[in-house]
This record gives sequence, C-alpha cells and structure tokens, in this order.
Amino acid sequence: MKMARRPAVTQSKKARTFIRGFDEVTGGGLPRGRTTLLVGGPGSGKTIFGMQFLVNGALHEREPGIFVAFEEAPSRIVSNVEGFDWPIAELQKKKLFFMDAQPLPSLIQVGDFDLTGMLAALGTKANRMGAKRIVFDALDVVLALLPDQGAKRREVFRLHEWLLLHGLTGLVTGKSGGDEDASLSQSPFNFMQFMVDCAVVLNHTVASGVSQRNLRVQKYRGSSFDENEAPFVIGRNGFNVATSAATSRQVSYASHERVSSGVKRLDTMLGGGYFRGASVLITGLPGTAKTTLSSAFAQAACRRGERTTFVCFDSDGSEVIRNLTSVGIRFGTYVKNGTLNVISARAMIGSAESLLVRIKELTVESRSRCLVIDPVSTFARSGNEITSHGVAERLIDWCKADGITLVCTSLLDESAGQTETGTPLHISTLADTWIQLNYLVQSGERNRGMSIIKSRGTSHSNQVRELILTDSGITLADIYAARGEVLMGTLRWEKERSEHLENEVAEVGERLKFLTLAAEHAELQVRLKSIQTELLAKNVEKTLLERTTQSRVNERARRNVRLRKLRGGDSLRIVGKRRNRD
Amino acid sequence: MTSIVTFKFRLYIASNTQNSAEAMANLLGICHRYLPGRHEIEVIDVNREPQRTLADGINMTPSLIKLAPAPLRKVVGTLAHTKRVLLALDLADTLLKQEPVH
Repeated sequence: MKMARRPAVTQSKKARTFIRGFDEVTGGGLPRGRTTLLVGGPGSGKTIFGMQFLVNGALHEREPGIFVAFEEAPSRIVSNVEGFDWPIAELQKKKLFFMDAQPLPSLIQVGDFDLTGMLAALGTKANRMGAKRIVFDALDVVLALLPDQGAKRREVFRLHEWLLLHGLTGLVTGKSGGDEDASLSQSPFNFMQFMVDCAVVLNHTVASGVSQRNLRVQKYRGSSFDENEAPFVIGRNGFNVATSAATSRQVSYASHERVSSGVKRLDTMLGGGYFRGASVLITGLPGTAKTTLSSAFAQAACRRGERTTFVCFDSDGSEVIRNLTSVGIRFGTYVKNGTLNVISARAMIGSAESLLVRIKELTVESRSRCLVIDPVSTFARSGNEITSHGVAERLIDWCKADGITLVCTSLLDESAGQTETGTPLHISTLADTWIQLNYLVQSGERNRGMSIIKSRGTSHSNQVRELILTDSGITLADIYAARGEVLMGTLRWEKERSEHLENEVAEVGERLKFLTLAAEHAELQVRLKSIQTELLAKNVEKTLLERTTQSRVNERARRNVRLRKLRGGDSLRIVGKRRNRD
Repeated sequence: MTSIVTFKFRLYIASNTQNSAEAMANLLGICHRYLPGRHEIEVIDVNREPQRTLADGINMTPSLIKLAPAPLRKVVGTLAHTKRVLLALDLADTLLKQEPVH
C-alpha cells in the first residue's frame, strides 16, 4: 500500500519557472515539452524572463537549458543580467549554454534559407548536455531576413516541430510594437500564436508619468489560467508577477492571538487588542495623530521583541523618530538594536506595484512580524489610481499569508468629504479593523476623537473616545455626550470639574443626613431604655401592691376566723361569701 | 595572365531540403561557368555533422563560405541571384572578364 501511494515517476505537465507569481498565474509554469510564445515591446523584459526561466530551471529543477541569442551577443546578455542574484558563470560550466545566433552584419544573403543548420547543431548540443529547456530570444530578428511570409511560417513551423521532437520546453520571444493587439496580429507572430501551446504578452505602459508593467497570459492549451493582466516588477531577483490571492494557496491559519495596539484603553475597547495577522486601517484627516497611533503599535511590538518594519512615506525616518519622542515614543534604542526598521520611503518612486514589492523585500529581509505603513494612501498617488486598489488587496493578502500584523494609516480626502464612506484605495472594506480619527471643533478648540468603525471577529466598544497625546504617550478619555452635545477638551474638563463638585455636595449632604438619623436613632434608644426601666419599676410596684393586698386580706380573714371562733359561728360559709365579694 | 588561384568553398546544406538542393545546383553552375578547373567544394550536411555545424557556428542553411582566397566570405541562401553571388565572393572582375565573351 505504501508503495502505491508514492507519486508516479511521470513528469508533471508543467515546467515550473520559479518566477514569483508566474507559476500561480499559469497554474504551475510553462507547458512542458511544448512551445510558449512571449511577446512584448521594447524593454518589456522578454530577455530577462527567458534568462530567469533557464536559471531557475537549472538551479531548482536541475534542468540544463540553452539560450539562443539572435539579437545580442551572449557576453552582453550575461553582463546585462549581472545585476541579478544569478550565478550565471557557475551555471555556464554545465547547466547553461549560450548560442550566439546573431546574423552578422557582414553576412550576405542571396535567396531563401532555413534554420536547419542551427537546429541540427542545437539538437546535438541539447542531447549532449541533457537540456530540458530552451529559449529562442528575439526570433523575429532572423525571421525578418526571410524573403516572404511563406518562408517565415515555414521556419516557425520547423522550429515548433523540432521542439516537439526533442521534448524541450521552449520559450520563443518576439518583439511587438507599442500597441499589443496590433503587433500580435502582425506576421509572423499571428501565425505562431495559433500554433504554440501558450502565449504570454508583456506590456509596458506609462500612465500619468508612472511606468506600469503588465503580463497577460493570452492562451494556454489544456490548462486554466488567470486571464487578467497582472502587474509585474523587475527587481533584484528578476521578475515578480503580482497575483491576487492565489486560488491555489492553502487557507492560512487565522490566529486567535491578540497583539497590543500600544494603547491600553484601546486594547480594552477592542476586547484585548488587534488579532495577530490582522490588517488594521487607521483613517483620518491630516494631524489626527494617525502616525502616533500607528507608532504606538510599533513600539508595543518592539517591546515584545518582535521585529517591526515602519515605512513612512510622508517624512524622513529620522524626523519621524524625533517627532515621536514628544509623545513619549522612543524608537532610538529599537532602531539601534535592529528590532525596528524605519524606512523613509518618500524617495521611492514608481508604480504602486513596485512600491509594494520594495516593501515586501525589505520586510522579508528584516524578518518582520509587524508592519506599519504610514500612509498607505501613497499607493494611490498620481498615475496609480487604477492599479492601487489591487495593490492594497495584495498587500493585505500577502500580510495575511505570512502572518504579519499590518497597521496602515490612510489619509482621507478632505475635498471629497468621504468621511466614513471609504478610503481612496477601498482598503476599508478589506481591513479587519478600522479605526477612525477625527476632529471636533468646538468653542475655539480642536480635539481629537477616536472611534472603532469595525473590527471583525472581536467585540468592540461603540463609544467615541477622546484621544489625548501626552508626554508619556497616548491615552483615551471618555467624552461627554449629554443632551445631544459632545464635550471634549476643556469643555470636557469643565464638565468633569462641575460634576466632581456636584458629587462632593451631594456626598456632604448624605453624610449630614446620616448623622441626623444616627442621632435620632440614639435618642429613641435612650427613650426606649427609660421607658423599659419605668415599666420595670411599675411591675415591682404592682407586685408589691399585690403582695400587701394579699397579706391584708389574709390578715382580715384570719381576724374574722378568730372573731368567729371567738363568737362561735360557722366560719367556712361566711369566709366563702366574703371572698366572693372581694 | 595572373597565376591560377584555386577557389575553396565550403557549403553547409541540410539534406532533403529544397533550398539546399537549389544552392548546391546554383553553386555548381557558377563554378563551372566562372571558375572552371579552379575550384574546390566541400559539402557538409548539417544533419550528419551537427557537431561540426555547432563548432563552425552555422545557423542558417544553406550557407556558403569562401575559404580561399582571402578574405573569408559568407553567403547565406539559395544563391539564386548569380550576379549578387559573384559580387559577394569578390568575383566581380571575373564577371567583367567573362561578360564580353558572352
């Protein structure tokens, strides 16, 4: 039985590219043993994609690869990709072979020709080194030399057949003009895109001066794929394709652990703090202490010894640290011992996607468990309005997947008046906890108010609190909402004073009343005692009276008996009568 | 009369392809006509000698290389256009010499 459970030796149908995000988009990589066409405009990253496909294959799958360069000399390609962390020189010994297939300028062409020579040479090379992957970079250069459409098609077809015959996973790159649709319909690629098993289009556009790179899988035979355009960035590790919550990804574990928000009363309001791995959004107008509140969280994280990354877009990192000391948040020591990583990102320019990638890289590098982005609305800066929503979504997805607790602030647009309806990035719908900060201007004062608009999975207070910044940190105070008016700041203080006085007066009154009652009680007690004593005296008197009366009666009776004895009468009857009369 | 110079050619062909066969025929035709008795042709089939093709850096077939006399020349294609082939192989003067006879 155990033997049966072992996976079969058959190769998977897809050749993993190990290009971040691309395997997710295509559901596992390029079609193995088939041809993929990669089309893109100038500078869209075709060559880099091809190189990365080979390098990753050699490094991670032990699949040797061949790079056929039609446009640039291999030595130039190697020096161009030196900026990436790829061990090209090491791989070139065994796993990577460059073939220089540039048509030399000195070459004279007379009449029709074909690529059999190259394919024959490559075939023997591929067999010798056991190559599994092959990239034909800029095939269009050589196709352009062919005299007519028929010849171009013939050569593309020949190449395709050759790839199938040798079982190589092929990637053919080709140029396209600025307009992707027009270029694809141009020969010879329109023919090729019907023939290949997979076609990927790269484009590079500029919107409001911001460069946007997008990748789209146009077709993929026999496989489902993400059909939408996915933004990508070329970073130090090569391609990085942004994917929204990958459907293939396993459901990550949702933690029940709570982490402090850095403000004690806020933790209480949230029923213990934020959830670990939650995404928290703090919105508010400028100056509502968004940065301070998010810094409090960062400080609390640092105190717990958790590595934290603090990205500030608005001002320089050192300035932020200096400014925060005024509210008792001291980052200095944490920065020194490496717990806190403050990044001044004002200088970071680029598409929202590239910002996200930079932040990701820095966060992963510092192995942070907590991330603060102040403010996240920077993503929606000029030229990024359309894509930034997706970026914010991916930011949250990524944090969740990695278990990073994310606190981001967002500036609300004053002019739009979207006070509680949403943020520029629509991040408010995605965030787990949304804290809203605002001002209340009243009787010549501007005071900060804080309320929790939502907090998924936690019971949270519905009360608006006043946010007070002191030298020793942030505190929250109850506000007075009596008779339809909300009191804050000095008014609240006055109200508190007057209530305090009222309380004192009432307290004194009560004490007085108590004393009076006690006195009355004591008096009654005394009276009760004297009456009791009197009663006792009366009882004694009564007993005494009874006794004297009895003895007198007895005496009289005795006297009568003696008298009768003396007179000689019937003593008994007379005695009875007399007694009745008494 | 200049000393007789022997032209050495190497032709890379792919067996069983139309344009290779054409190139072969065209080259033979040119040699017979313009270089009678002073040419050597080495034919290499890329499918039979892929190693050598790789080493020589031959990508396209048919490819004709003029090894001697110097300078080295490389012509790709079916060699269908005789005039252009002769120009490419520095045989323009041959062409001139032959022209009146024709």
